[in-house]
Amino acid sequence: MQNTTELNNKPKRFIYDFNPEETEITMQTKDLEIYYGKNLAMHNADLKFKKNTITALIGPSGSGKSTFLRSLNRMNDGIATVKGEILYQGVNINQPKIDVYEVRRRIGMVFQRPNPFAKSIYDNVTFALQRRGVHDKKTLDRVVETTLKQAAVWDQVKDSLNKSALSLSGGQAQRVCIARALAVQPDVLLLDEPASALDPVSTQQLETTLRELKKDYTIIIVTHNMQQAARLSDYTVFFNMGEAIEYNKTRKVFTRPKVQMTDDYVSGNFG
Amino acid sequence: MNRTQKQSRFAIACLKAVAGFVVLILAFLIGYIFITGLPNVSWHFLTSPAKAFNAGGGIWIQLFNSFYLLVLAMIISLPIALGAAIYLNEYATDNWFTAAIKTSIEILSSLPSVVVGLFGFLLFVVQFNYGFSILSGALTLTIFNLPLLTRNIEDSLANVSDDQRQGGLGLGLSKYETIIHIVVPASLPGIISGIILCSGRVFGEAAALIYTAGQSAPALNFMDWNPFNIDSPLSPLRPAETLAVHIWKINSEGIMPDLTQVSSGSAAVLVLAILIFNLSARFVGRKVFERMTSVK
Repeated sequence: MQNTTELNNKPKRFIYDFNPEETEITMQTKDLEIYYGKNLAMHNADLKFKKNTITALIGPSGSGKSTFLRSLNRMNDGIATVKGEILYQGVNINQPKIDVYEVRRRIGMVFQRPNPFAKSIYDNVTFALQRRGVHDKKTLDRVVETTLKQAAVWDQVKDSLNKSALSLSGGQAQRVCIARALAVQPDVLLLDEPASALDPVSTQQLETTLRELKKDYTIIIVTHNMQQAARLSDYTVFFNMGEAIEYNKTRKVFTRPKVQMTDDYVSGNFG
Repeated sequence: MNRTQKQSRFAIACLKAVAGFVVLILAFLIGYIFITGLPNVSWHFLTSPAKAFNAGGGIWIQLFNSFYLLVLAMIISLPIALGAAIYLNEYATDNWFTAAIKTSIEILSSLPSVVVGLFGFLLFVVQFNYGFSILSGALTLTIFNLPLLTRNIEDSLANVSDDQRQGGLGLGLSKYETIIHIVVPASLPGIISGIILCSGRVFGEAAALIYTAGQSAPALNFMDWNPFNIDSPLSPLRPAETLAVHIWKINSEGIMPDLTQVSSGSAAVLVLAILIFNLSARFVGRKVFERMTSVK
């Protein structure tokens, strides 16, 4: 397969060109089918996500990539019907008996538009912990400092932790949201177009932050921006029409795609 | 100038005239009330009790009753309205039950206040045997106030971006935690504006109170703040004529010699209070929002 130069028009199953060790896989999906009402929105995506890497999900609007992402921590509960298995550390989390709140703590999420709560920066970061019964001031202080440093926004906000997070700029707010997600000590970080509402400078800073974070976390990011996927990610999945079309090392997806459709998309000839 | 432009100018002029007319009516009414009323308002007028037969009476007790009734009515209606609004905006799905609730609220809000008052009379005064009392009045005002307050709070909640709810759920919080600790605080400026606006409406209400809170303002002992004593200002079981009811009553059956002065003075105080409520609603809402968004 590696040496084939000709491109497939559309493979029966998507092209899957890497095979991580079982022990390196943090998340995996099997036979996933996602329905909105009776409409099949997303299927045919048996993907494995490797520990401490950044995987980018790219594809046109409506390709199912965000729907897929939101299923990974069951944010689609009550919105869409998700069938199939979602394995997190070998456990299928897509079943009713699984504690969905614990799932979302372990698999954190950062959203498209920065959504700080109408609280102080400090309370934004510590809120979820406080709700979980952590009230020790020292512990909370430490969490605030660590996570804001991890999210590379500590220097800008350390003197105004009691200020409302609503007063922050978009880039800062988004990084406070990342810190907030990190505060509950997740393993996996899902990001749904986290830079689409940010200016280029903030975007670049965010990317630097994510590259740092992948040392400790497994990151899956949905992005519209192909340059961003190319710059940032280790692996890339191309989605189209509710299916995963191609999954490979980012470099290969962008330079030597195996499917015609992927080639068209990454070279901008789509449609 | 072509035909379309002429037409457009004419239409805009008409709209301006109509809008101006509305402002003019309001300005005339408020102006008249203030010009005839405010000269009669003095510190003495505001702080002394009413006199039934002699000149020189004030409105102190009525004013106090109005505020006390307002506070009680809000204490009763706020939790109910908040709960209903949270249910309707956050949990209710689009089915016949929700539709029935929404229709009921609309009908309730369009009931004439005198009908609500008579209903309150039959239910609270007679059936529950609360008599003409602040309690009966506050419960009746709650019925009167609930639809509007619920709608106001519902709108404030709906104005909170869905991103906030997602953010809460995404951290592994339950839907309930997310609503109570994230959505409601975020909608606080709107909720506060809504409460103040409703207060203005409740404060000026007369018809719903005539047969529930009563038309007499017995002397109160302002040294006694035990709510269980009948002549304590805080007693919920004493009859309490409010300012709006007072205006209605002295105009229909008042016999004091300075009746016109008392009436116009009371009206000016009432309108002034409602104006302050309305104008402060936006201001307070904005202040709360500023507090939440900026320093401190």
